[in-house]
Amino acid sequence: MTVDNFFQNAISEWMRGDGPHSDIVISSRIRLARNLKNHPFPLLYTNTESNAVIEEVKSSISQEQIKRIGSFTFIPLEDLTLLQKKVLVEKHLISLHLANESRKGAVAISENESISIMVNEEDHIRIQCLYPGLQIYDAWKIANEIDNIFEQKLDYAFDEKRGYLTSCPTNVGTGIRASVMLHLSALVLTGQINRIIPAITQVGLTVRGIYGEGSEALGNLFQISNQITLGQTEEDIIENLHGVVNQIIEHERQSRKNLIQESRVQMEDRVGRAFGILSYARNIDSKEAMERLSDLRLGIDLQLIKGISASVINELMVMIQQGFLQQYAGGELNVEERDVRRATIIREGLSSLQKE
Amino acid sequence: MLCENCGVRPATLHFTKIINDKKTEFHLCEQCAKEKGEMMGDNDGFDSFSFHHLLSGLLNFDQVVNNDHSLKEEKEAIRCKTCGLTFSQFKKSGKFGCSDCYHYFEPHLEPIFRRIHGNTQHSGKVPLRSGKKIKQKKELNTLRTQLQQKITSEEFEEAAKIRDQIKELERKLSERRG
Ligand SMILES: [Zn+2]
Ligand SMILES: [Zn+2]
Repeated sequence: MTVDNFFQNAISEWMRGDGPHSDIVISSRIRLARNLKNHPFPLLYTNTESNAVIEEVKSSISQEQIKRIGSFTFIPLEDLTLLQKKVLVEKHLISLHLANESRKGAVAISENESISIMVNEEDHIRIQCLYPGLQIYDAWKIANEIDNIFEQKLDYAFDEKRGYLTSCPTNVGTGIRASVMLHLSALVLTGQINRIIPAITQVGLTVRGIYGEGSEALGNLFQISNQITLGQTEEDIIENLHGVVNQIIEHERQSRKNLIQESRVQMEDRVGRAFGILSYARNIDSKEAMERLSDLRLGIDLQLIKGISASVINELMVMIQQGFLQQYAGGELNVEERDVRRATIIREGLSSLQKE
Repeated sequence: MLCENCGVRPATLHFTKIINDKKTEFHLCEQCAKEKGEMMGDNDGFDSFSFHHLLSGLLNFDQVVNNDHSLKEEKEAIRCKTCGLTFSQFKKSGKFGCSDCYHYFEPHLEPIFRRIHGNTQHSGKVPLRSGKKIKQKKELNTLRTQLQQKITSEEFEEAAKIRDQIKELERKLSERRG
């Protein structure tokens, strides 16, 4: 396993397009924030301290028990180019904060990229498990296991009353952030999303559009995650999220059914146009590309279009992001060059499928 | 859904603030959220729901309530003896400097946690190894209280038994440390 694989291949475990409810749920993620006793938080680091923490975490990762969970590659961020860091952010393997701001940050990534362990982010350790489809319990199981193995060696900052102590008070307690990424195109098309979002925030969850380069939720992709980390058990937090996500899935399914029954021709037209544009465009910006890919994805899930797998769409959505695009091209590109490149990648991605 | 601040751009951030146990919803576009200082600029679009500025809004909330200036100044000047961070710096950045900050700022944290989480007491996972230590320490404290009671009530035989238990526990605890 060479480090290069993480940058050259778009496909990560979470993009595989399978798992339960994969027609609507793209991925499920658990992130645990942990800190070590006797070291200041990364905000107040000196280089000596950050190195000491890196060494401690590195040795925990090299334990036999961790090796049984996955084969990890340890990557100090200072060894990476700006574009390589961007690619890891776009693949959701590291946070933007770690890429841009952390001094002496590092990340350990498992071979199939489903587990990444960030070091010296805002907290000393962030364990992240990311799976395709609705597998939030499975993600928690693995994250919890890694956490337990680490704790055998590491002295965590933990307080009986406040739980796991974190750099930011919004993470204190369980240190858990559970999130699910959903493709809600029918709810957006029918406008129902405006009614559903306020209901979600009422139960202690947060919703945000993702992949927006400015202020928009591109590609009808939404992330729902827990807001509260203190005073509830991890299981309660996950169950609450899981329950709400299941309801949203039901709503999205019902809307899709209605769309097909009541406006089949319009849907076929929409999907067909998306496919046409993506197959023949020579120049496409990321906003349009994400919209058309979302339409195409809906078409696949509604079986209006056959012969294309959802995983290809997931992959393309990552490959056309700025960092990946440029990494793939081998260097920096201006806006027009990026639009041309983006159209080419999509065209090639889709045409290679039709030949098969 | 449109942003409730500008009414122009679509709202992509949706969250609830808990202030004095009252929930308030917000639906903002990223730009307005930034301008309103509800979130940090460093969003990675994935993890990243970031409450830091939202948080400093929450942290500053009690200034409105608390008009007693001398009291306020005293509070702002509290300093973590381990890392040197002051309470006022913590409020500005929304971040602690080290895990001991929780200890030194303790008297002022309760309302902050209540506002963010609606709760103040952890009820989730306890680390396996150090959790054992916490349990033993608790046990040790209980035994010491019992010992005092037995001595006061002159039950010396009982007291001796408890003293042995204490010694045993203390030995275990120091072993683990070493
Ligand atoms: Zn706005
Ligand atoms: Zn401190």
